[in-house]
Amino acid sequence: MRFDWRRRIALVTGLTLCGVVAAQAQENVAAAEEEKPYHITDDGTVDWPTFSGFRRYNSVCHTCHGPDGVGSTFAPALTESLKRLSYEQFFEIVVNGKQEVNTAVQKKMPAFGLDPNVMCYLDDIYAYLKARSDGAVGRGRPEKHADKPPEAAEAENACMGG
Amino acid sequence: MARLKPASGYVLAVAGAISLWGAQAMANDELLKLQEDPKQWVMPLGDYSSTRYSELAKINRDNVDDLQVAWTFSTGVLRGHEGGPLVIGNMMYVHAPFPNTVFALDLSKDGQIVWKYEPQQDPNVIPVMCCDTVNRGVAYGDGKIFLHQADTKLVALDAKTGKEVWSVTDGDATKGETGTSAPLVVKDKVLIGNSGGEFGVLGKVTAYNMKDGSIAWRGFSAGPDDQMLIDPEKTTALGQPVGKDSSLKTWEGDQWKIGGGTTWGWMSYDPELNLVYYGTGNPSTWNPVQRPGDNKWSMTIFARDADTGMAKWVYQMTPHDEWDYDGVNEMILVDKEMNGQQRKLLVHFDRNGFGYTLDRDTGELLVAEKYDPTVNWATKVDIKTGLPERVKEYSTEANGEDVNSKGICPAALGSKDQQPAAYSPKTGLFYVPTNHVCMDYEPFKVAYTAGQPYVGATLSMYPPEGDSHLGNFIAWDATTGQIKWSLPEPFSVWSGALATAGDVVFYGTLEGYLKAVDAETGKELYKFKTPSGIIGNVNTYEYNGKQYIAVLSGVGGWAGIGMAAGLTEDTAGLGAVGAYKALSSYTALGGTMTVFTLPE
Ligand code: HEC
Repeated sequence: MRFDWRRRIALVTGLTLCGVVAAQAQENVAAAEEEKPYHITDDGTVDWPTFSGFRRYNSVCHTCHGPDGVGSTFAPALTESLKRLSYEQFFEIVVNGKQEVNTAVQKKMPAFGLDPNVMCYLDDIYAYLKARSDGAVGRGRPEKHADKPPEAAEAENACMGG
Repeated sequence: MARLKPASGYVLAVAGAISLWGAQAMANDELLKLQEDPKQWVMPLGDYSSTRYSELAKINRDNVDDLQVAWTFSTGVLRGHEGGPLVIGNMMYVHAPFPNTVFALDLSKDGQIVWKYEPQQDPNVIPVMCCDTVNRGVAYGDGKIFLHQADTKLVALDAKTGKEVWSVTDGDATKGETGTSAPLVVKDKVLIGNSGGEFGVLGKVTAYNMKDGSIAWRGFSAGPDDQMLIDPEKTTALGQPVGKDSSLKTWEGDQWKIGGGTTWGWMSYDPELNLVYYGTGNPSTWNPVQRPGDNKWSMTIFARDADTGMAKWVYQMTPHDEWDYDGVNEMILVDKEMNGQQRKLLVHFDRNGFGYTLDRDTGELLVAEKYDPTVNWATKVDIKTGLPERVKEYSTEANGEDVNSKGICPAALGSKDQQPAAYSPKTGLFYVPTNHVCMDYEPFKVAYTAGQPYVGATLSMYPPEGDSHLGNFIAWDATTGQIKWSLPEPFSVWSGALATAGDVVFYGTLEGYLKAVDAETGKELYKFKTPSGIIGNVNTYEYNGKQYIAVLSGVGGWAGIGMAAGLTEDTAGLGAVGAYKALSSYTALGGTMTVFTLPE
């Protein structure tokens, strides 16, 4: 199966225009609330997506949001933000960006909608940040993680284009 | 006769040649003289040799504890404030991070604002700056102030009025190419580098004609010989000609085109040799497995002819980087006796943790020693081959993609980042602000998209095992490669040092202290807590018979990103030595310049 993140962006960015899509999105929110996006076993082993999210977060997002989502001098702590933001809001912000720029404040969240290094792993990043936000995963690298399942490798190759 | 600073010899030598140079040399002539006047601070690193040393001695080791705040000035900008103010005549020029405001203050009128320049820049440049929206300062030459903006624009402003005289766009910010470094004025040209190694930007240095902003020369860090301004027969590396295609041979296919080697650090100039010195940054990506080869000439010290840009010699410190140890830190030019011989030296404290001493005429490597004992990625540097002897355990290349290499020292921040060191000809010592941080590093596959981060590694940083402090301020002997003394600091020392003839050395700390220590012993003589953390450089000048010390505070930069909330959990059991706290519990944002002097 091919995960087409480009089409998915189109869906999300169309949210405000299209009632049907919005309704669908709401269903997803409800589903997301029921089921945690991460799985951690009793011995502390995190599932692959959460671990993958840790890696991707700490290679792209940490340059502004600080290590492990704890925030920096200029970008918010996402461990706090995710207590407030829904999956859809999170998705929308990462795809389209967000800004508050004036003489004193220069807050600019870039749009990552066209960056495969982010878009191919956005669910993973979300899972990781949600786990951090819920206190299920601590700071630093998760000590134990599940192996990369073949489906993940396949999806990654398809999405990254090779 | 008092001992002169090393650069003064050049002035004499050059003075005789001036009549031959004609009008072209005028601006250089002016700056050559100005940099000799300790009352002014005319270039970011104090003088062409980048010594950050001042002959001023009114403030000295006996009275520095009486220091008081004379006045302060707010830049109105919250993000990280690197660099420091210039003082030319009765004017002080203060710059800020994005939006890159420049203020001209009249010292004869209590710092009244004579003009303010605030460029209009597309805010889209903000997020393509890897490590906060810093700017390391403006340069002066020929009655103009040169500003290297975030969006890569180089603007020449009339120093008296702030009116734009000309401007040029150096690069393409939509591809992640940005400007953070301070320009250097040499003769009739103004030189700038570029930033964006985390976006696959190819490094280059461009010399613009000061008169009208036209390009005089441009040398890239990688690629074909002619584009790098490298002569295969004449340009040398450790005494040997580099040969044809010295860069192309060390990359796979076209990878050099997105290969980094950006030039965002400091530049120095030797008027006698007519050579400009600077270093190149990391090769892109941070995943070494994805870019086989030595990746020349990233991580390299360049010596280029100031008139033509042709490279005289190169030395690559970290071939095929595996840790993000950019080679951009300042090149300090000193003349010293070594093994009974007077030599023209270049001293460089690299991110990779080695302090290098080279012959700056020939590029011969003389000394390479660790300036933080925890450095472990290499056992030593072979002086003959110039190659570091790597330790396999810490090789992120050998361990491979998707493997976490643990306990590598230093961290990607380097044992020192851009924060410039100082050199005192009185003590013969270098004063070096350092980071004391180690890391885990896991490289993985990454795809290139123009204008998007091109990183490909996950890092965790923490203090070295058994330590709870993250920085040291050290005194270094560059002829032997030894640490004379070392002052532990709770956080990385991310502020440029200043050494003075008053036997006092100054530096700032991330919590916001301006500190003065004894140049001989390192004993702390004075400290004052400024409004915010200091990542700026300490400067000094004299006005109306009084010596002043000036420093920008305003926490941020890479340090502010990593340490704002702390590197590890407060409770992470770092031993009884003292729990390691987040920087945010000591200081908050805000750009302010604080100026100190002695009471009447
Ligand atoms: C270049 C800096 C930068 C990078 C890189 C960056 N962000 Fe941001 N981000 C910001 C800033 C600044 C804000 C605040 C924007 C505002 O307040 O308008 C922000 C806001 C956000 C928000 C909204 C937070 C809230 O409380 O409303 C989310 C979610 C977010 N970022 C996620 C991410 C993710 C995920 C990544 C990595 C894929 C990332 N960011 C990378 C700078 C960045």
